[in-house]
Amino acid sequence: MDFGKLLGQLGSGMVVSIEIFMLTLLFSLPLGLVISFGRMSKNTLLRTITKGYISIMRGTPLMLQLMVVYFGPYYLFGIKIAASYRFTAVIVGFALNYAAYFAEIYRSGIQSMPVGQYEAAKVLGYSKAQTFFKIILPQVVKRILPPVTNEVITLVKDTSLAFVIAVSEMFTTAKAIAAAQTTMVPFIAAAVFYYIFNFAVAAFMEYLEKKFEYYR
Amino acid sequence: MNLLEINHMKKGFDGLEVLEDISLTVKEGEVVSIIGPSGSGKSTLLRCATMLERMDDGELIYLEEKAAWSDGAGHSVYAPKNDLKRIQRHFGLVFQNFNLFPHYSVWKNITDAPLHVDKISKAEVEERTNKLLQQLGLEDKKDAYPCQLSGGQQQRVSIARALALQPKILFFDEPTSALDPELTGEVLKVIKELAQEKMTMIIVTHEMQFARELSDRIIFMEQGRIQKEGSPEDIFGSDNARIREFIGKF
Repeated sequence: MDFGKLLGQLGSGMVVSIEIFMLTLLFSLPLGLVISFGRMSKNTLLRTITKGYISIMRGTPLMLQLMVVYFGPYYLFGIKIAASYRFTAVIVGFALNYAAYFAEIYRSGIQSMPVGQYEAAKVLGYSKAQTFFKIILPQVVKRILPPVTNEVITLVKDTSLAFVIAVSEMFTTAKAIAAAQTTMVPFIAAAVFYYIFNFAVAAFMEYLEKKFEYYR
Repeated sequence: MNLLEINHMKKGFDGLEVLEDISLTVKEGEVVSIIGPSGSGKSTLLRCATMLERMDDGELIYLEEKAAWSDGAGHSVYAPKNDLKRIQRHFGLVFQNFNLFPHYSVWKNITDAPLHVDKISKAEVEERTNKLLQQLGLEDKKDAYPCQLSGGQQQRVSIARALALQPKILFFDEPTSALDPELTGEVLKVIKELAQEKMTMIIVTHEMQFARELSDRIIFMEQGRIQKEGSPEDIFGSDNARIREFIGKF
């Protein structure tokens, strides 16, 4: 098998990996914010539930969670699983898992904000929503960029876990080709791909951090 | 007219009585300074008056409109939220640590609340803000961010931010305590100019000389009570040993 053909096959896996990556961020970043609100709520029940949620999501393997999301509907409710559900299950599993991590990052950022910012906003007459979205959140985003970068980089590598329910993202493809051709080359190509992907992610996040450097 | 009236205000934290029974009236155009040792309750009084802190009992009235009143059983009842929002517009507060919004430029710090809270037209806000910047000597700083300014400049911006909403009363919580002595003067000068324009102000301060020069009335607080209240001559000429001792330290 020539190298071009290998790259072509890996390439279609790569597209799937990138899709998982993008969609996971699209859903987990806002969902994490909602969960962090629950985690900081004055309502004890809500706080306990979100705390338990975060604890389970962070305390069990993502691989296992993907299997639960995929096989759960059949084993729990006897619903027949359609093949097209595979990809959906991956996105649901990833988004639920990453939202838990993002929730804790948001929480740390929000709680690190000086109380004086809230007080100044209150005296000036800002509503609670205005205070949060205009005053607090933009500053929180600046503060949490470094830990978010960490998570996002981990996510790039975690996309390979989708193999557990046989979604042919890049790593699954590389493994299949490697097994069929008895060669290491696909793995090396995959490693290079993950590295370049993360290099780009890190560069983008660095660019964002720079954008926020105009104030301290 | 009384712009502010506080009757029998009480406030405690975890069983510790911080304000015991404070009553205070401020008329239009008056400048009132509150002095006293640390822990005397000055800041708590200011925070209760500006509703950053809920008082336990007592009455709080702005421009004859009740923000809070006593239920007669030792607790205060606050007016409905919408009423409080309206009443809150009567006053502004300048913090010890400025509390400017670091991600907003000087211009946006000053204009944002008038534009998006009071919904005043852009043209008018611009006119107001330009006037304030000129008055406070900040014309060349309007595009700067707070972190690029000295403490004195930051405090002047925060005074401008409060004034942009055109409050009837302006509270100052130790406005120069976070500044080094060299920068104190420029802030005091601004406050002095406001006093000349007959702005009603209530100032918690440790600047004795400043309080003496500027105030119509000085309140000496200790242990959660107003120990003495009077003209600067009354306070600085007092034969009360404790007040003499306190003033003598400065």
